[in-house]
Amino acid sequence: MTTISAAEPTRRDFLFVATAAVGAIGAAATLVPLIAQMNPDASTIAAGVPIEVDLTPIAEGQIIKVFWRGNPTYISHRTKKEIEEAQNVPLDSLPDPQADKDRVKSGHNQWLVVVGICTHLGCIPLAHQGDYGGWFCPCHGSQYDTSGRIRRGPAPANLPVPPYAFLSDGKIQIG
Amino acid sequence: MSGFPTDKTLHAPGLQTGLQTWPHNLKRADGGGPYEPPPYRPRNGVLRWLEDRLPIIGLAHSTAVSYPTPRNLNYLWTFGGILTFILVAQIVTGIVLTMHYTPEATMAFNSVEHIMRDVNYGWLLRYLHSNGASMFFLAGYIHMFRGMYYGSYKAPREVLWILGVIIYLLMMATGFMGYVLPWGQMSYWAAKVITSLFSAIPLVGDSIVTWLWGGYSVGNPTLNRFFALHYLLPFAIAAVVVLHIWALHVVGQNNPTGVDPQTDKETVPFTPHATIKDTFFIALVSILYVWFVFYIPNFLGHPDNYIPANPAVTPPHIVPEWYYLPFYAILRSIPNKLVGVIALFGSIGILALLPWLDTSRVRSARYRPLYKQFFWLFVLTCILLGWLGSKPPEGGYVVMSRILTIWYFAHFFIVLPLLGRYERPRLVPNSISESVKIGAKAAVVVVLAVGLGAVFAGGPRPAAAQEHADVHADLQPPRNTWSFAGPFGKFDRGQLQRGFKVYHDVCQTCHSLSLLSFRNLGEEGGPEFSAAEVAAIAAEYKVKDGPNDQGDMFERPGRPGDHFPPPFPNEQAARFVNGGLLPPDMSVLAKARGYERGFPWFVIDTIIPYQELGVDYIAAVLNGYAPKPPDMTMPAGMQYNMYFPGHAIGMPPPLSDGVVTYTDGTPQTVDQYAKDIAAFLMWAAEPTLEARKRIGFQVIIFLIVLTGLLYFTKKRVWHEIEKPREAARGREPEATTI
Repeated sequence: MTTISAAEPTRRDFLFVATAAVGAIGAAATLVPLIAQMNPDASTIAAGVPIEVDLTPIAEGQIIKVFWRGNPTYISHRTKKEIEEAQNVPLDSLPDPQADKDRVKSGHNQWLVVVGICTHLGCIPLAHQGDYGGWFCPCHGSQYDTSGRIRRGPAPANLPVPPYAFLSDGKIQIG
Repeated sequence: MSGFPTDKTLHAPGLQTGLQTWPHNLKRADGGGPYEPPPYRPRNGVLRWLEDRLPIIGLAHSTAVSYPTPRNLNYLWTFGGILTFILVAQIVTGIVLTMHYTPEATMAFNSVEHIMRDVNYGWLLRYLHSNGASMFFLAGYIHMFRGMYYGSYKAPREVLWILGVIIYLLMMATGFMGYVLPWGQMSYWAAKVITSLFSAIPLVGDSIVTWLWGGYSVGNPTLNRFFALHYLLPFAIAAVVVLHIWALHVVGQNNPTGVDPQTDKETVPFTPHATIKDTFFIALVSILYVWFVFYIPNFLGHPDNYIPANPAVTPPHIVPEWYYLPFYAILRSIPNKLVGVIALFGSIGILALLPWLDTSRVRSARYRPLYKQFFWLFVLTCILLGWLGSKPPEGGYVVMSRILTIWYFAHFFIVLPLLGRYERPRLVPNSISESVKIGAKAAVVVVLAVGLGAVFAGGPRPAAAQEHADVHADLQPPRNTWSFAGPFGKFDRGQLQRGFKVYHDVCQTCHSLSLLSFRNLGEEGGPEFSAAEVAAIAAEYKVKDGPNDQGDMFERPGRPGDHFPPPFPNEQAARFVNGGLLPPDMSVLAKARGYERGFPWFVIDTIIPYQELGVDYIAAVLNGYAPKPPDMTMPAGMQYNMYFPGHAIGMPPPLSDGVVTYTDGTPQTVDQYAKDIAAFLMWAAEPTLEARKRIGFQVIIFLIVLTGLLYFTKKRVWHEIEKPREAARGREPEATTI
């Protein structure tokens, strides 16, 4: 068997290091498409465009569920009582303090739009249930109030408000 | 650690595994008995702890590092490494593709197009996989011919060889089933024809075919099981490869002399010597591989496979992929169904008998003057059979196929047994060290050239029947100058926008563009309309949506994310309006058409990449309307067209000068319209063309740099072997070199 003697000029070492480095760059570059292919593809992104929702058929006290980007989004037409409850809670008693006015669009207090996914582990909370008249998650018992804020249970945060805007008084665009 | 065995008791690396991974007949040069790999202990304490419980690192070391490999191997011995690399590449890209592919008969074709258009780098992954199959077979054939030339199948390597034949059979099954998955016309009819081979079996043949199909014809159940098996078989191949390598390591590698190394002095450790040599050649072959992937990705495919599977129409000229062509020729050369099928399977199965059919005791063709000639004759036979397999089974082609088929079998059954008896071999050296340095490099070049030749012999084939005996029979679509041709080609945005206008004003009355969305018109590398223009174009179209809250379907203006709506609600409606004919969907039309360029052009087209045959054809057909020759009878409602296969086209001349208004001052002529719409359709068929060529250039430059560095690294590593110090001191060198 022939082995290469260890003591040789550094030119050889440089060649070996350069070859290994270029090879490593190539291997890393090869990973790019293999990883990128798992990100949302162009058609999925194109399907995630904003949606428009007509609010006029939603009666006071009613909550509807629409889908945006594959996720259920609750639109709640709140009653006076629900709005008052939401506004009058002392913020320091909340696990994730946020004022109700920061969760609705000004002038549209009766409309609450939240992503209907429990911030605990992703189940869909049931509307008009639980001790706070908001949402109750059947999976692990998290309870949300009429502003979609977490009040009790394992969930760490309020139901998120998706990006949306009022196109007119009776129409919103989510996304 | 008291109570545990000490290092001393455990220290016998390799032996603990019970697996012997080095040649059993190799001796130690110092006369100290049989060769054993140098003792190996991991330096790291944790690894040592693991090694004492599972000697896996020691196994890897004795297998891939200290394994003694004959020092005189030439480059043909790197193809095992190359094949391993391609197998891994195929498995990785294949698993990724299954994440996006839908194995369902109505969705499979579109899901492949979804991969090509929407998935991030999906086009790259798919082209790597489809061309990887060809590279796998190319490397496989070189590997097999190498074994035949140097007699690598002879004792004690019979099992090693037979395992190789099993791998080859598994590869053929895997490649075939993979080809079915895109569910194009060639996929469908390949599935039909190959499964029908089993109908030749007497009595139970038809039942077996029904069982294979899972129905009364090739259909969704067939596609589903082919997908499942196509996912499974590569792992079966990997498993047999492990056995193949194990067997190889037990009996040791053959070498160009065919004389086994006697002592470890005639070997070098696998790492770094074989490792760096394999890596260098893998990089070199990768350049060829990516050339196909980035510049001629559909060259080895067939345009018809971009037409969705149609159980009602067989393509006029069906051929398998190039790597099956020799066997296809053997099948067709025999006029009896059962005998033909037996000959087909026999021509592959006979390889397993090779160790016993070849009766010569000399391994390497170097020392077998007659066998060497018959070997090359056999290679030529295989290539010619491959060429014949791509030709229609008529006239002289059939006669030639028959002669060559007879020769194929005669080589095994007559030539090889008799040669062993009557050939007078040259003097075989007693050892590798004694062997004379010969021009093995030339042999390597020849084998490589032959391998490439095999690829081209089965190269591009006509999209549809081109052989019609009439005045315009051999008329080829004129070759145009396309801005997007060649390695640096880019689309002309203005041309694509004009082409879209032609589609919009003329073609879309009858032709759908179902795979395209309006948003594509604004994407990079396409016509690049502005977002506002795209929205305006989309809004012109009525798109069916729903159901609404009342449960009704309704129409609304299109949005950028919508697909182009079809002009007809269904195929029947389209046929009813168009005199029974179906205007084809235009989404991949430019890739689904082509023509035969003939030798030598189709070879030149791979080196100076010219793959715009489909676009040439589309432009030619649109320009090809002419008065019919007086002696030709034209079916009612059909038009004469010089370039359309069969010359009778259902579509009336769609274009006339001035029919579409251009605002950029481009001439409003039929010829210009034809070129613009053809260019637009090329983009529609391959929206990622510009990205492909751009990334391709970067990859090729990178690989050339890497290959260069690997070459010099390899030279460095082998320096001591190739130019030993003894030679420098004027003594007889111990090494033989290649």
